[in-house]
Amino acid sequence: MYDTSDFRKGLKVLIEGQPYVIVEHQFVKPGKGQAFTRTRLRNMITGSTLDRTYRSGEKLAPADMEERQMQYLYPEGDDRVFMDTKTYEQITLTEEQLGANVYFLLDGTTVDILLFEGRAIGVTPPTFVELQVTETEPGFKGDTSSNVTKPATLSTGLTVHVPLFVNQGDVLKIDTRSNEYVERVKK
Amino acid sequence: MLSDQRLDAVDIKTVLQRTPPAYVRVSGRVASVQNPKEPRRSVDSGGSIGSSDSVVILRDLTGELPAQCLAAPPLGSWVIVEGQWNGAEVTQGRCMVQSVPRLPFPAAESDWRWLHDEVSRRGRYLMQRAQVMKTVRAFFDRHSFIEVETPLLVPSPGLDVHLSAFEVEDASPSRFLITSPEYQMKRLVGGGLPRIYQTCKCFRQEELGPLHEPEFSMLEWYRALATSGDLMRDTEELVTEVARAILGGTTQIPALGRPVDVKPPWARIRVDDAFRRYAGVEVDDILPDEEHFFRVLVEKVQPQLGSPKPVFLTHWPASMASLARLESEDPSRADRFEAYIDGVELCNGFGELVDPIEQRQRLEADQARRASLGLPVYPIDERFMSALQEGLPPCSGNALGLDRLVMLTLGAPRVQDVIAIPTDRAVL
Repeated sequence: MYDTSDFRKGLKVLIEGQPYVIVEHQFVKPGKGQAFTRTRLRNMITGSTLDRTYRSGEKLAPADMEERQMQYLYPEGDDRVFMDTKTYEQITLTEEQLGANVYFLLDGTTVDILLFEGRAIGVTPPTFVELQVTETEPGFKGDTSSNVTKPATLSTGLTVHVPLFVNQGDVLKIDTRSNEYVERVKK
Repeated sequence: MLSDQRLDAVDIKTVLQRTPPAYVRVSGRVASVQNPKEPRRSVDSGGSIGSSDSVVILRDLTGELPAQCLAAPPLGSWVIVEGQWNGAEVTQGRCMVQSVPRLPFPAAESDWRWLHDEVSRRGRYLMQRAQVMKTVRAFFDRHSFIEVETPLLVPSPGLDVHLSAFEVEDASPSRFLITSPEYQMKRLVGGGLPRIYQTCKCFRQEELGPLHEPEFSMLEWYRALATSGDLMRDTEELVTEVARAILGGTTQIPALGRPVDVKPPWARIRVDDAFRRYAGVEVDDILPDEEHFFRVLVEKVQPQLGSPKPVFLTHWPASMASLARLESEDPSRADRFEAYIDGVELCNGFGELVDPIEQRQRLEADQARRASLGLPVYPIDERFMSALQEGLPPCSGNALGLDRLVMLTLGAPRVQDVIAIPTDRAVL
């Protein structure tokens, strides 16, 4: 069991049978009153947020989560199919469950599949992926400043802000945590 | 920046810009070198070089300043530059490298905290905090208060059910760090000091967050023959004076993001009315369930208090103020007030209870509650009780969180930003 003093960002807890992750938490206490921890949690299945105020010392059960490495195979309608390369077991996740991570799935990408009580509920892509630019305004040669940006559409459909020197066909390194451009990859 | 010029809560560049071009001597840490050139001769620690080739940015907690310097002193070294201040930088000078850290391992530049802008922001907060202290002292001085210092190490830290004191190990007889200087200051009022104030550290276990530090600064003051209304007026005036002094005349403080105009008068609202207005509940329907009361207070009521003007929350339930007198027209409520700015509790004051018999009954009740909750039961402070038995004049007192006042006035997001060395900070 976790005590309110164990609370930290990213802690996974069980509330009414659902897995939640702590997004924010703050110690609050009236000078002459009871201490609480004001907490914001995100439901790891539905993505909805929940605000709860816990009395100091209150306890929450840890959510039984497991991560397994799997390979992305192919899309199937609105679903995406993954396979455990050791057991050949296959699982599917919906676009809704994948959220923005749907933009980081390339054929053969190895990802971490998040399982709650044995059921797949989400995916953690590699921290960085390399994606090709399919559409952007022509670049300006010699302009290497990165303060001015323009939008660029990538092969998976993701749109990011890139420096002016980036051209169509360039391969870019993208940070999957922030969905942001990191650098151009020399190819 | 160390210099012969006086620093008064502004950085050295501002000081110098006010002074006509002159010969100055400044020191600081080399934060960057703008146009490095090859050194004309080798640099020894402590050596003196005559040429003025590069422009270095000197930085410390008080700010930064460009200065022409020898070819390229190492980043991070402390240097003294003597030369002419031309209105923008120190030129034509001598540069002395004072020390270069020599480490057996290469330090990563990203770890050099003095390279970051945060350093000067933090320094500015600390200089402004010093200015707040000066303003506070001037305020109480003008109102004929005497500044006092009372013990931090006491035989009883107070019996408040919701405060957890630090006990000093191996002390005999047992000693605790104060959670508030209240008992000691009231003894002085009883002894015959009718207007006293002090700023001191208070210590409360298990309190850590953006608005809490286990060791924090309290400003506490007492007025004999005065009501809680007088203390609320003191509070309004003091906070306004601090804002004006720090923010250049304005009474609008940035607070936690929603600017608040602290100009008096501040509204007074009774706890009952605030619960009705912001939570739609009757306090008497909730009590005696105190956990429920505090949950409504922190979830629904507090976040709505003190914006766009500060507010006083008054007439607290009697059970939550064992050192306050009860309201004569309604003994179920105590003569207690708190001020709120942008949802933040700034102070807590009482019309003080001076009846020794009633005081002892209330403290014994607190002891019994602590025992029933399995909390340590501290002794009743008999020296405080003697002061009451000898007779305390009618008086009122207020305790104000200084770190929070500085934080709200400067618009810093956490009290830790305005505390020189907070507990969770390993480095400056």
